[in-house]
Amino acid sequence: MRELLLGNEAVARGLYEAGVAVISSYPGTPSTEITEYAATYSEMYTEWAPNEKVALEVAIGAAVAGKRAFAGMKHVGLNVAADPLYTVSYTGINGGLVIGVADDPGMHSSQNEQDSRNHAKGAKVPMLEPASSEECLQYTKLAYHLSETYDTPVLLRLTTRIAHARSLTEMGERLEPPARTYSKDIPKYVMMPAMARPKHLVVERRTEDLIQWAEDCSINNVELNGTRIGVITSGVSYQYAKEALGEKVSYLKLGMVYPLPVELLRSFASQVDKLYVIEELDDFIESHCRKLGIEVVGKDLFPWTGEFSQRLIQEKILGLSQEFMSLETPIPSRPPVMCAGCPHRGVFYALKKLGVFVSGDIGCYTLGASAPLSAMDTCICMGASVSGAHGFDKAVGGHNGKSAVAVIGDSTFIHSGITGLINVAYNQAKTVTVILDNSITGMTGHQQNPATGYTIKGEPTSAVDLEALCKAVGIQRVRVVDPYDLEDTYNTLKAEVESGQPSVVIARRPCALLKTVTHQQAFRMEQEKCVGCKACLQIGCPAISIKGDKAFIDANQCVGCGQCLSLCRLGAIVEGGKNRG
Amino acid sequence: MDNTKSILIVGVGGQGTLLASKLMGHVLIHKGYDVKVSEVHGMSQRGGSVVTYVRYGSQVHSPLIELGEADYILSFEQLEAARYLPYLKLGGTVVANSAAIDPMPVITGVSRYPEHLLEEIKARSVALSTCDALELARQAGNAKAVNVVLIGLFAKQMPFDGQDWKEAIKATVPARLLDVNMKAFELGYQYQDQDQCQDQLGI
Repeated sequence: MRELLLGNEAVARGLYEAGVAVISSYPGTPSTEITEYAATYSEMYTEWAPNEKVALEVAIGAAVAGKRAFAGMKHVGLNVAADPLYTVSYTGINGGLVIGVADDPGMHSSQNEQDSRNHAKGAKVPMLEPASSEECLQYTKLAYHLSETYDTPVLLRLTTRIAHARSLTEMGERLEPPARTYSKDIPKYVMMPAMARPKHLVVERRTEDLIQWAEDCSINNVELNGTRIGVITSGVSYQYAKEALGEKVSYLKLGMVYPLPVELLRSFASQVDKLYVIEELDDFIESHCRKLGIEVVGKDLFPWTGEFSQRLIQEKILGLSQEFMSLETPIPSRPPVMCAGCPHRGVFYALKKLGVFVSGDIGCYTLGASAPLSAMDTCICMGASVSGAHGFDKAVGGHNGKSAVAVIGDSTFIHSGITGLINVAYNQAKTVTVILDNSITGMTGHQQNPATGYTIKGEPTSAVDLEALCKAVGIQRVRVVDPYDLEDTYNTLKAEVESGQPSVVIARRPCALLKTVTHQQAFRMEQEKCVGCKACLQIGCPAISIKGDKAFIDANQCVGCGQCLSLCRLGAIVEGGKNRG
Repeated sequence: MDNTKSILIVGVGGQGTLLASKLMGHVLIHKGYDVKVSEVHGMSQRGGSVVTYVRYGSQVHSPLIELGEADYILSFEQLEAARYLPYLKLGGTVVANSAAIDPMPVITGVSRYPEHLLEEIKARSVALSTCDALELARQAGNAKAVNVVLIGLFAKQMPFDGQDWKEAIKATVPARLLDVNMKAFELGYQYQDQDQCQDQLGI
C-alpha cells in the first residue's frame, strides 16, 4: 500500500513496523509529528516527557529492559539529551535504541541552525539520514537492525524539508522483534571509571566495524553517469542535486552520514575529474574527504548558512540562472504575530509599560519581542529566562530600579525552568518569574504536558500544581493573575517588580486556539467616538487596524477577549461586533 | 525533471492552506503522478506568511519550488499573491482570493497596504483568476469554507475533471461538513469574474 506520508509520519510508521515498544519524546518543530503519529498506534507505549534528557533516559531504560525504544526531538533538544547520549554510546543497548533528531536549516522555527551530525561524531554514534518519506520508513527499520547488530544507539537525522514533506511511501506490516531478556551486567551498564575505560575501547572498535559496514552497505549508493563531475551528498541535498543536475553528473549518495566510509569515497573520487560535496550547514562530509586527501569543492562554493535548493546548485555548478518577474510596489513583510485573543499579549503590554528587563524564553511568547510590544531583552534556549534573569540581578540588581523579569511558558517551565527557579530561591535573586500558563504546549501545535492534566492520548492524569511547586522550592511570593484582566495584571506585576524579593506571577488563561475555549462575541469600534489616537494599536492585536483615520476591529478575527478595552480612554470599543460568518 | 509541474499555495497562517495541499495531493496521486508536498509548520503558522509547495510529475525529486519555477500560484490573500509572484514561471497562472489582511507593519503604521495589487499582477501577462472567496463561502453556508471555494476556483484552471476534485473532498473532509464543502467547491468552480466574462464575450 503506497500513501502520501509526511516524513515524520513515515518515521512513525517505521517505528511501528520495527516492533518498537516504548517511545518518549519532547515536542519541537520539525520533529513533533513523529511522536504524534506514533501515539495513534495502540501497539506502542508513547508519551510526552518533560524534556529531551528525560525522554532519552526513558528510552534507554526501555532498551536496557530488552525492548525496542525511541526518543524524538529537534536539533536543540539533542543538546539537552546530549548528556545521556554520550554515555549510552559506551554502554550500548539490549533492545534497539534509535534517537530521531530533526535539524532546521533556514531556521523556520528555531533559535539556531546547528548541525546535529556533529553530535553523532562527538558521541561516536552512527547516524542515518533519509532523503524521502520512503527512506524515512526504511531507514528507521534499518536503524534498529544496526543498533542491535553493533550494540549501539543509532541517530536518525531529518531536516525540515524531509520531516515536513509528503511523498509516496510503501507501507508494510509490523514485525515483533525476537524477545531479548534483561540480565544484570554491571560492567556493561554501570559507567564508573573502571567500567567506562574498557567500554571506550569497545566504542572505538565499534566505529571501525561501522566504517567497514559503510564501505559496501545498501544505503551508500554510487550512481555513475560519466566521469566529468561527481557529487557527494546526502538527505534533501541529494534531491536538490538530482533535480538540478539530473543525469549530467555522477552521485555518491550517503545514507549513513556517520561514520563515513573511506575506500568508497576514494574509489568514487578516482572515477571523476571534478568532485563536489553538496551538504547544508557544516562541512561535515567535506572535512572528512579533505582529511583523506581527497580534493573536493564544498564550502568555498556553497554557503554555510540556510537551506539549499535546486536553483542554488544550478547557479553554482552549471552557472545557470532562472528568469522571474517581480512587482515594483514594495510589499510589506508579514511576520508571525500573537493570535487575536492570545493571553500572552496583556502580559507583554504590562511589561513594556513597566520598562523592566525581560529575560525571554522559547515558545509562542517569544513573539513578545516583536513590534509593537518589543517587550523582551533576551532569548537563548529553553529555561534560560529564569536563570538569565537571576544572573542579570546578581550583576546589576535589576533595571530602572525594578527587578529583572523572566517570562516562560508552562511547558518550558516544566522542561527546564524549575531548576533555574530553585536557584532563584536558593541564592535569593530578587527576580520576578512570570509563568505564562496557557494550559498547553502552544508553538509546536498543542501538545499536552505535565501541567495540563492530560497524556499524549488525551487521557486524564495528574497535573503539576504550579503554585504549590513554586512555594515548595522556596518562593514565598506566588501570585496568580488572569492576563485578560489587563489592569490587575499590570498592578500585580508592578507590585512584584518593586518588592525586591524572589517572586513568581502565574498568568493563567488557556490558549485562544484551543478547541475547548469558547470565543466571546467580537467587539467593535464605535466610529463616532474614535478619534484615531492609535492607543489601541499599542497592544499589537492583528484584529485591530486603522482604516482611514479611525481604528477598526475586524469582527472575523476578534474573539472578544477584551484585552484592548482599557486602552481606549474614550470608551469607543464596545460590544456587538458582528461576526460576518 | 523537465515534466515536473509546480504549484505554490500561499496565504496567512491559520487560513487553512494545509487542507488545499491535502486535496491536491489526493487528486494528483489518483491521477497516477509522483507527488511531493512540502509544508511549513511552527512559528510562521502564527499569522505569518505561509507557503506550501506541491510538485507532481513522473518522478519528483526536490520538494521545493524556487524563483521562476511555479506553474501555478494559489493565493489565499492579495498581498501574499504579490509577495510570491517572483516564484511564478513567466506566463504562469495565478488564482487569488481578493481578500486583504493587514500584516503587523501595516497595523502599526510602519508600512502601507499597497493598492491595485491584482491589477498590477494582471499587467505582467499573468493568467489571473480571482474572487471574493469569503463572500462565496458565506453563500455556501460557512465562512470557514474559504479554502474549498479557492480550491474550486483553482480546479477550473487545472487539466482534470471537476469530479476528481469532488472525490478528493469526499475522501478528506468530515461527513458532517461535506454538504457545505461541496457547495463551496461548486461556487468556486463555477465562478466567473467580470473580466473573464468580458474576455469570453470578446468585449
